Amino acid sequence: MTYFLRKIGFYVVALWAALTLNFIIPRLLPGNPVDILLAKLQQRGGQVTPATREAYELLLGGDSSEPLIVQYGRYLGNVFRGDLGVSVSYFPAPVTEVIGSSLPWTIALVGIATVLAAVIGVALGAFVGWRPGTWLDSFVPATTLLAAVPYFWLALILVYLFATGMHLFPAQGGYDVVLTPGFNGEFIGSAIEYGILPAATIVLASLGGWLLGMRNMMVSTLSEDYITTAQAKGLPNGKILRNYAARNAVLPSVAGFAISLGFIVSGSVVTEQVFSYPGIGSKLLSAVTNNDYALMQGIFLFITLAVLGANLVVDLLYGLIDPRTRARS
Amino acid sequence: MTNIQQDTEPTVGALTGEADSTTSIATRRAGKGGVRRFLPTLTPWLVTGIVLVTGVTLFGLIGPLLVGDPTTIRDAGLQAPNGENLLGTTQTGQDVLAQLATATRGSLQIGLIVGVLATVLSAFFGILGAYLGGIMDEAFSLFSNVFLVIPGLPLVIVISGLVPREARGLWTIAVVLAITSWAGSARVLRAQTMSIRNRDYVSAARVAGEKPWRVIAVEILPNLLPVLASQFVFAVIAAILGEAGLSFLGLGASNSSTLGTMLFYAQNGFALAQGAWWWFVPPGLLIALLGMGLSLVNFSIDEVINPRLANVRAQRRRERRLRRAARSTRTGGAARVATAGHDTKGARR
Repeated sequence: MTYFLRKIGFYVVALWAALTLNFIIPRLLPGNPVDILLAKLQQRGGQVTPATREAYELLLGGDSSEPLIVQYGRYLGNVFRGDLGVSVSYFPAPVTEVIGSSLPWTIALVGIATVLAAVIGVALGAFVGWRPGTWLDSFVPATTLLAAVPYFWLALILVYLFATGMHLFPAQGGYDVVLTPGFNGEFIGSAIEYGILPAATIVLASLGGWLLGMRNMMVSTLSEDYITTAQAKGLPNGKILRNYAARNAVLPSVAGFAISLGFIVSGSVVTEQVFSYPGIGSKLLSAVTNNDYALMQGIFLFITLAVLGANLVVDLLYGLIDPRTRARS
Repeated sequence: MTNIQQDTEPTVGALTGEADSTTSIATRRAGKGGVRRFLPTLTPWLVTGIVLVTGVTLFGLIGPLLVGDPTTIRDAGLQAPNGENLLGTTQTGQDVLAQLATATRGSLQIGLIVGVLATVLSAFFGILGAYLGGIMDEAFSLFSNVFLVIPGLPLVIVISGLVPREARGLWTIAVVLAITSWAGSARVLRAQTMSIRNRDYVSAARVAGEKPWRVIAVEILPNLLPVLASQFVFAVIAAILGEAGLSFLGLGASNSSTLGTMLFYAQNGFALAQGAWWWFVPPGLLIALLGMGLSLVNFSIDEVINPRLANVRAQRRRERRLRRAARSTRTGGAARVATAGHDTKGARR
């Protein structure tokens, strides 16, 4: 039980750190985001009341009449109430609404692509690592090329080859714009068609890491005594591979999920930009180019929240599948 | 950002069997061929890596001197590769090859700066925390773990978005990238320092009254050099990729030209829609090749420092021995296989 409590405690601390970063960063950096934001708001026809100004100052700093600690307390209060301010670029929609409409796209895209990449990578890694030193295994270092390819460049190449070249897939967007979003077959089909290239980008670019990690663990697991025992018992090779070697070798890959996810999320932000995908990554970038600081900060918080949540789930699962971690803490 | 998985999670074996791994390293050193075991074997892949890295580095160092001015605007826009412009021209008639050379220099520069900064940061938090132990270790470890789970690029984007464009210089970007990328290495270094910290010679130095900084610098740091080298290489790859992503989004340093900036201009000049592959393929390919070269070098370093991969090297040695045996005698082969197999086990234990 202590293992789970420790993990949950850690993620609470991480969440607090992210919230605090979000509070401190705009206050530490040069420039005056509040004035820029309010000027933009006026351009869009928004009313700048002292209350709006105060709300933005709470989020981004600039008000020196209150001590920092009071500002911090009120900022945290606002965040927990779900009040992240009003977006300027999507005025008059509040930030949470803009995020709410784009988050499902990213979660579906990144989620599916990550699971696919992990499953394919781990399976290939287990297969290659099963017989170290064969000709297939000697090609493993070549996967470092895949791992070092920038996501967005791979996206550009895929678009060039399959969208503008062969016209197999659409190059931009998340769904056919003539359709209205909703839960019907036509719309979901279109969403899948538009999602294939972005997903392929993420899968291809993140596959190498999984494969390499799994292969290396496989190689070291094979020299364990229980593998020799299993072979001595005369168990079929397929069974040893699946039930004895791969099952133990996959653990570090699961444990390293946190780092992988961080990289995948970072990569997908840029990938979404290439495809003009309606997800949270393109929203983040349009917020940056429009100086929509409130939206920018809100999106960073939500991305962090999603990543922390996914990591927490994986960590809790890890505690379930590997009893040794629970025993240690 | 790169997605090359770093081994930041020490395996259960590495943690519970700390003393065990210490003795294994000690016996390994005492075994025959001591020094050679610490040098990476010159595999074809390592050679490929070294060739790629030196090639790209030389291109970035010498290239800008040989090609013309990358900013010269000519009449011939969007020319496919030809005799005059070996890699074609951009929309405004600038020579792609010339741009590529200066951009490579820019990317290498930022990669090196961030690599050094991130390695110093990770060494500080990783080694110092693990050496001091106790509450400091807990605090440093928690700090790096928190930084590890906060996604890097979104944070970098937010920071770059808040800094006004004029203030966004090369060093600003470098510092921001370093701050968001040191955590993984710190964890690796911490795990390694933990295992070195309790060795006899370190205790001896401490008992002899050496100051903490001297114990760290003289007794611990030399043993961490291979790990530091591998983490440095990782940091360079991550930095080059991260900077490329940032510049591609138009958020990079305003006063530098890197491979990412090139791709940014290619994307905004509709290179893709116009099929100008010579404009956007080379910069990305160069990043990928450099990253591959660095990872291959790292691969070889890793095989030396990672005890879990020791039997890969053992396997390779065994194969070489087998080949030699097969060449010399055809009759005694079976006996040789048996002893070689035994050796593999011995090397691991």
